[in-house]
Amino acid sequence: MARYLLRRFAFLLVSLALASVVLFVLLRMLPGDPANALTSVGASAEQIAAARESIGSDKPLPEQFAHWIGQLVRGDLGTSFISSLPVGPEVSARLNVTLPLTAAAFALAVLIAVPAGFVAAYRRRTWYGALLSGISQLGIAIPVFWLGMILIAVFALNARWLPAGSFPPDGWAQPGEASRSLVLPVVTIALVMSASLIRYVRSATLDVLDSDYLRTARALGSSFGQAMWRHGMRNASVPVISILGIELASTLLGAVVVESVFALPGLGSMLATGIAQHDYPVIQGVLFISTLAVLIIGFAADLIQRIIDPRLRAGLSGGVR
Amino acid sequence: MSILDIRDLVIRTADGRTLVDHLSLSLAPGERLGLIGESGSGKSLTSLAVLGLLPEGMTMSGSIELGDTQIVGASERQLIRVRGHDAAIVFQEPLTALDPLMRVGRQIAEPLGRRRGLKGTALKRAVTAALEQVRLPEPERIARAFPHEISGGQRQRVALAMALACDPRLLIADEPTTALDVTVQSELLDLLDALVREREMAVLFVSHDLAVVAKVAERVLVLKDGRAVEEGAVRDIVNAPREQYTKTLVDSARQLESALVQRSGR
Ligand SMILES: Nc1ncnc2c1ncn2[C@@H]1O[C@H](COP(=O)(O)OP(=O)(O)O)[C@@H](O)[C@H]1O
Ligand SMILES: [Mg+2]
Repeated sequence: MARYLLRRFAFLLVSLALASVVLFVLLRMLPGDPANALTSVGASAEQIAAARESIGSDKPLPEQFAHWIGQLVRGDLGTSFISSLPVGPEVSARLNVTLPLTAAAFALAVLIAVPAGFVAAYRRRTWYGALLSGISQLGIAIPVFWLGMILIAVFALNARWLPAGSFPPDGWAQPGEASRSLVLPVVTIALVMSASLIRYVRSATLDVLDSDYLRTARALGSSFGQAMWRHGMRNASVPVISILGIELASTLLGAVVVESVFALPGLGSMLATGIAQHDYPVIQGVLFISTLAVLIIGFAADLIQRIIDPRLRAGLSGGVR
Repeated sequence: MSILDIRDLVIRTADGRTLVDHLSLSLAPGERLGLIGESGSGKSLTSLAVLGLLPEGMTMSGSIELGDTQIVGASERQLIRVRGHDAAIVFQEPLTALDPLMRVGRQIAEPLGRRRGLKGTALKRAVTAALEQVRLPEPERIARAFPHEISGGQRQRVALAMALACDPRLLIADEPTTALDVTVQSELLDLLDALVREREMAVLFVSHDLAVVAKVAERVLVLKDGRAVEEGAVRDIVNAPREQYTKTLVDSARQLESALVQRSGR
């Protein structure tokens, strides 16, 4: 296990390093010049050159890269070209919105999808089992922004139960307000996420229901519930956990859509602004942190699966069945 | 007074195909009956029906009296009381029959704890004893192992230990040796034979191989396409098969036997 952790950690670092290079290079290949955003339209060549010098974009790329990495190693995400404010504190302020949003949506999606997926499998021959499968199929096709706007129309504009968007300016200092403004976005993400999760939970449950070990347990006197509890859940969880990791990571990356629909000051909207202004340090900072989060999520999912499944620890395939 | 009495058992699929057709058989306490027939003749479905474990969607009619319980039409609660107690089963595939994520010892502890109400160290000792009973070497090590860490023959011994842990009055063995190598096969057969004789346990031994059935059973019933075609003492069936179908089964068993004798003679 120690060797695995070490190897997996090294893998994480290498992935992060590679991702930083790719991120940095791709960003500079995009058309546009950050100096333009700093100067007014029709600025003279000297003004533009001065702007470039002030933000350091006149230096050769390797030097710029070394500078950025040097900062990262010291735990500094750099300084915004536009606002001249440090990126790090801004990112962490934004995470105060995006992390609770993602975590709550994820938890709610699991709470919906696990029972629903189980019923869709166990009761697949009943009308409600089929209905659940159908709803999940349909739900997969629904775009996040569309669902978000429907929810806003129904619960905010019509019923006026919840705010349509925005987040209190002083954030979690007003916990009630802050929570209320996250309700609709959380529900939006959770519904979309659970639609696809239900499918995976259903198929993992079908595999378990069909399994010989469940039949063995029942043949020797376990009730169906006991056999499911002792053998079914763990076995079904192994393939579901990979999907949970992927869903969580993609929700984090896809937060930009929901944040813009609900006007939330999260990481996604910070990225959107950064891109619009060619603010490289901001874009790099946000994407670096997101990449790190995605890698950690993948690591965690992998680790949990190994703890559950001894065949994965032994390096055998066949773990996901 | 029989321990298992099947009368006119009919098993149908959801779309009405008949898979087992008016099958009747009965087993006295301590009796060993072989159920033989080629693949797809309905042997496994018959075994599962005895425990009320038919695949979803299948229906059965007729009568299965297991001990004091009528299985056909029984409630799930009645079935749970019967399973393991009146009859326990060993399945064909030793790899998939055990939970791949649970240590062998805990899997054996499950029926042991339920049947004998044991806990803690007493349960642990009983698990070790159960593994010793099926002549597994190093029972403590095996108890800590996961199914993929032991061999196919060892897994099947574990499955047998689990079934015997319930101390059932009837043991159903559904091709328990088919998935194993020939040498391991005969060891397991000898073990099973010895254990059920010691306990005077009734056995319903299912196989497509007459030579294997002959080792354990005294009487056989020949199944073809879900119907009983012939029934009698093993010796009579082997010496004078009446039905053409039985003759083919006897011939193929003979051929295998002589091939083995020739090889070992060389
Ligand atoms: N779950 C199932 N659904 C539909 N048909 C099945 C199912 N299980 C078995 N059968 C059919 O029932 C027949 C008898 O099967 P089985 O009892 O497993 O045969 P055996 O054990 O003698 O090889 C076969 O024709 C098989 O195709
Ligand atoms: Mg079979």
